[in-house]
Amino acid sequence: MDELRTIPDFGLGWLDASGDHSDVVLSTRARLARNLQGHAFGPRARVNDRKAVLHRIEDLGGKVPALNETTTRELHEVPLRVRRILLERRLVSRDLVGENGDGPQVGTAVVLSHRDPISVMVNEEDHLRLQTLLSGLRLQEAWARLDSLDEELGRELPYAYHHEFGFLTSCPTNVGTGLRASVLVHLPALVLTKEIGKVLQGLSQVGLTFRGLYGEGSEVVGNFFQLSNQTTLGKSEEDLVDHLDKIVRQVITYEMQARQVLLRDAAGVTEDKIWRAYGLLRHARSLSFEELMNLMSGVRLGASLKLLPGLRVYSLNKVMIFTQTAHLEEAAGRELPAAECDTHRAAYVRRILATEGVINPDVDPSEDDPPEHSGG
Amino acid sequence: MMCDECGSGKAVIHLTQIVNDETKTVHLCERCAAARGLDTGGSAETTPLSDFLAQMGEEGGASISEVVRSDSCSFCQLTFSDFRESGRLGCPHCYASFEPHLRGLLRRIHGSTQHVGKVYLPPDPTQSERDKRLAGLRRKLRRAVDNEDFERAAKLRDQIRSMEPAGEGA
Repeated sequence: MDELRTIPDFGLGWLDASGDHSDVVLSTRARLARNLQGHAFGPRARVNDRKAVLHRIEDLGGKVPALNETTTRELHEVPLRVRRILLERRLVSRDLVGENGDGPQVGTAVVLSHRDPISVMVNEEDHLRLQTLLSGLRLQEAWARLDSLDEELGRELPYAYHHEFGFLTSCPTNVGTGLRASVLVHLPALVLTKEIGKVLQGLSQVGLTFRGLYGEGSEVVGNFFQLSNQTTLGKSEEDLVDHLDKIVRQVITYEMQARQVLLRDAAGVTEDKIWRAYGLLRHARSLSFEELMNLMSGVRLGASLKLLPGLRVYSLNKVMIFTQTAHLEEAAGRELPAAECDTHRAAYVRRILATEGVINPDVDPSEDDPPEHSGG
Repeated sequence: MMCDECGSGKAVIHLTQIVNDETKTVHLCERCAAARGLDTGGSAETTPLSDFLAQMGEEGGASISEVVRSDSCSFCQLTFSDFRESGRLGCPHCYASFEPHLRGLLRRIHGSTQHVGKVYLPPDPTQSERDKRLAGLRRKLRRAVDNEDFERAAKLRDQIRSMEPAGEGA
């Protein structure tokens, strides 16, 4: 864990629920794909190419103020569990840590800032992936942070750039700006009211796309959807970001309307679902990650609707990260077989919920209305 | 579940409509959904770029496949068939090597081929590169001022000043 100890919040500042709409928007993420002239792109790069690219980054020294206080780690030198923790904290991609194959390739690295919520993946599909991860909805700030890091790096590095196509990337779907901005939103009411299909279909018509919790190729779990721009060429970075921001705000409005519909037309069922989810999480002895995420979706909705007062969104965010396998193993100090992992997960959740707020179903506001039979 | 319309296909689209305050759900197979003009949405998400490229090769007919089969990038030796298979280009030179073919592809993916975002200034810029870069910075400055982001505006103003020839800004 030494790699992480030097980073404030261990790279988890984005969990703090401080940004706009943080009960609905978990995080804002943006990344810029950049490549250097004279070297093959990631998938065709040889060991020498990857080493040369990494050396250029390591040799920047003090020339890039944004990278003054950073830790650079070659991933094949990082223990497997720490790599997985980085992955679970969304600081590196599955590709970079070689999770889909034989582990990380020589020369793949991550640069983590101690000061700012920025990091750089080196020798992924593109030579450089500049990224930032912020709490809540903060797209313009995310872009500004990346832009200034990119300005500083661009002055020192010979970027691969084409007068017509812009910044060149390994995959033509990223060429141009190289910018992918995304927002992780929690949309349980749109799912419950079955409106989500229309919303997602609408996204593709306005040039946006959606993915699951862990980005490309991942499943949607716990009603978390990652909305992002689909195209990267033909629009300025500011236009891409503003457009995504506008649509995300619209989606949030739909979600809020759907929540009001739930409370108006199905208050009893909704409340029951939320309290059941809370009850299970509060007392279960074994939880798979998927079950946890589905129950957390109900609890998060309850916290946001103030039906579960005293539960902080920050704690719910923390549960989502610290109940992933590598985090549980780190806490246990050893590898955990799947079944044991489920019991550790349930224990962690019980502990957090026991110390969190003053939730007590017996002082539930609805108790003020005595049950009908008691009057007779 | 079977399709409500034809009764024979497997229903994959579940369309919920609200007409006159009444909610109605129709279950449709892919074909009937398409016949109603509904975008089934699946194709864009699940089709990898390589399938898209292979398909495009077929549509393009002889013109693409004949010319391109023998073409390879002078720098990394990637062939256009390699690219069609993997969906990934080999190196920055590939964009020049396959430029005519890529232009069509980029138009289909992005709806445009012209980058209008940030302008990169290479270490030894030409005058036209400097002009483009300045125009881009001025555009950003206007936006920053519009958004009342004065900290950013000040930084951009410094960048612009440092690029303008002495005397021009006065």
